[in-house]
Amino acid sequence: MISFKAATGLALGYALTMSAAFAGELVINSDQSDPAPKKAMETLLEGFKAAHPDVTVKWNNFDHEGYKSAIRNFLTADAPDVVAWYSGNRMAPFVKAGLFEDVTDLWTENKLDDQLKSAVKSMEIDGKKWGIPYSYYQWGIYYRKDIFAEQGITPPKNWAELVAACEKLKSAGMTPFAIGTKALWPTGGWFDYLDLRVNGYEFHMDLTAGKVPYTDPKVKAVFEKWAELVKPGYFLENHAAIDWQDAIPQFVQGKAPMYLMGNFAVAAMKDGGLKEEQIGFLQFPEITAGIPMAEDAPTESFHIPSGAKNKEDARKFLAYLATPEAQTKMNEVLGQLPVNNQSAKSEDPFLKAGFEMLANAYALAQFYDRDAPAEMAKAGMEGFQQFMVKPDNVDAILERLEKARGRIYK
Amino acid sequence: MSSTVPAASGFWKRNQQRLAPWLFLAPGIIMFSIYVIIPIFQSIWISFYDWDGLGPKTWIGAANYVELLDDEAFYTSLKNNILWLVLYLLAVPAGLAVALFLNQTVAGIRLYKSLFFFPFVISQVVVGLIFTWFYAPDFGLLSALIKTLTGQNIAILADERYVTLGIIAAGLWPQIAYCMILYLTGLNNINPEQVEAARMDGARGWSLLWHIILPQLGPATFIAIVVTVIGALRSFDLVSIMTDGGPYGSSRVLSFYMYEQALSEYGYRMGYGAAIAVVLFMIMMVFITLFIVRMLMRERHA
Repeated sequence: MISFKAATGLALGYALTMSAAFAGELVINSDQSDPAPKKAMETLLEGFKAAHPDVTVKWNNFDHEGYKSAIRNFLTADAPDVVAWYSGNRMAPFVKAGLFEDVTDLWTENKLDDQLKSAVKSMEIDGKKWGIPYSYYQWGIYYRKDIFAEQGITPPKNWAELVAACEKLKSAGMTPFAIGTKALWPTGGWFDYLDLRVNGYEFHMDLTAGKVPYTDPKVKAVFEKWAELVKPGYFLENHAAIDWQDAIPQFVQGKAPMYLMGNFAVAAMKDGGLKEEQIGFLQFPEITAGIPMAEDAPTESFHIPSGAKNKEDARKFLAYLATPEAQTKMNEVLGQLPVNNQSAKSEDPFLKAGFEMLANAYALAQFYDRDAPAEMAKAGMEGFQQFMVKPDNVDAILERLEKARGRIYK
Repeated sequence: MSSTVPAASGFWKRNQQRLAPWLFLAPGIIMFSIYVIIPIFQSIWISFYDWDGLGPKTWIGAANYVELLDDEAFYTSLKNNILWLVLYLLAVPAGLAVALFLNQTVAGIRLYKSLFFFPFVISQVVVGLIFTWFYAPDFGLLSALIKTLTGQNIAILADERYVTLGIIAAGLWPQIAYCMILYLTGLNNINPEQVEAARMDGARGWSLLWHIILPQLGPATFIAIVVTVIGALRSFDLVSIMTDGGPYGSSRVLSFYMYEQALSEYGYRMGYGAAIAVVLFMIMMVFITLFIVRMLMRERHA
């Protein structure tokens, strides 16, 4: 009797541990729930299976928002072998808690420091690398070429020209800029670009790293520039009630002919009925003359949890992900830029423009909510949203942010 | 054999009366302790720590509570919670009014009753979405109405002055239906002879309602107030769906702020979130104690 009990117990225990992963099974958790990313992921997996036929892949695809809280649970409880996450400060909590595997050896073995050069900084914490980046995309101002032509506006190169263009569009009955800030993050793009252009990359990085007080006059200067667009009403009214997609119709209908956004917005604009030749892309114009131009380019990456059961195959997967071929194919479907600089370039005009801009960029920022720690990002973007509704409260907002900074970066 | 069994059953026989209720209660007590009582004390315990949910916990004593005292967002949430509590109670008289109106024998009254009850059946998430569209600037029904009446385009959910009121209005819609159904069942149990007698004595209209009907609806009113107060204090889903606490945090309530701090994308401050939860728990305790005392008094008098 006793031996039977022990045997069933053993068998049960065995079954429990084995059910999670069979030998040669690779479990991948990710959040590619939108159509294009999902297809890109399928392309990637097909390629990987062809290169490694002995590995079976189990892919758990999560909903985008739910993933952010789910990942904390499965990393600690039942870790998969590979997870999708973001680079920069967003992965810092997981690295610090010892939940991500150090993959520096993968980088040296495959000579990735050269091939993935532009993303080295964003994958590094404490001098070690914690994942493989595979895709990024540019941010910039998308504008209606046809409306600019109609109004006789040439794409602005500096701040004075941008303000003049806004004035002209406003007097023609349009709101120059489309924006929807209900989800807060679109405000981060504006702050990033204004700070990068007013104070430069180094200052922006120091600020998001908590080294500079928000009450610094240089930060105030950023908001003074911003106010030049907010106060005359150059942004969509009621932006706090809508999401970024809800502002796209205003862009398509020509009511708001400019939109500072990531390249993913182009697909939505085309879906709305715009033709490719109606959409233009321009680099965010210069503000302080002589400051080298840095850009926002959020990078997407895959990582190995330290609790992974099949680390050997996980490393094979990451190595495959880093190859120029895999990144070329995947980004073709994604409509984004491959990080590997030996990948084939896309023929898409926006990606070409983006590639040129990023290749010549002085430096790349990840995005406000990835460069600053999550808590600061939330407080910051809330402040930006309030500023865009009530620009006169700027001092109170900055003081509140400074108080948050004092607490968060202890 | 025969000597051991009676000894065992003797203990059982002697204590059967005392043990049996506990045996029947045991499953419930165990579940209730594991999932309700112990977590309450765990939350209180966590509120004294600085913890991100992943790394090690650091004991910081009452620092989380001290921080709360100096936290603008906390006061905003508290103020909104009070606003919710006060305005949400409108559901009780409104529910009574609808119930009285529907308590008639007219052809097809069942259909009207179901229509009025309908909002309570649909999920709060759906209610939130419906009202978000209703309020949406440019294409929302209400916004369009306001624009034709006043010529102004008001985005209710983007304006810190109106946003909480807008969400409460959305919450009232299903809550009124709930109170209505409570009152309809109450009205069914009213003693027709008393009403008849009152009519004979010349009572009608308001005085009939006030002196005869309402006292008999006492139990229904009690339940309606209890569910409404608790519903107001734990309001979360509508805030999350309709505004996500925005614009710039002005529509937060305590339960939402707790979630934001402890579990949301930009939070993960378990200790601070727990401290907010403890405050909310204390507020709820006040009401729950009041209700329980009243219920006990009632039972003693009955």
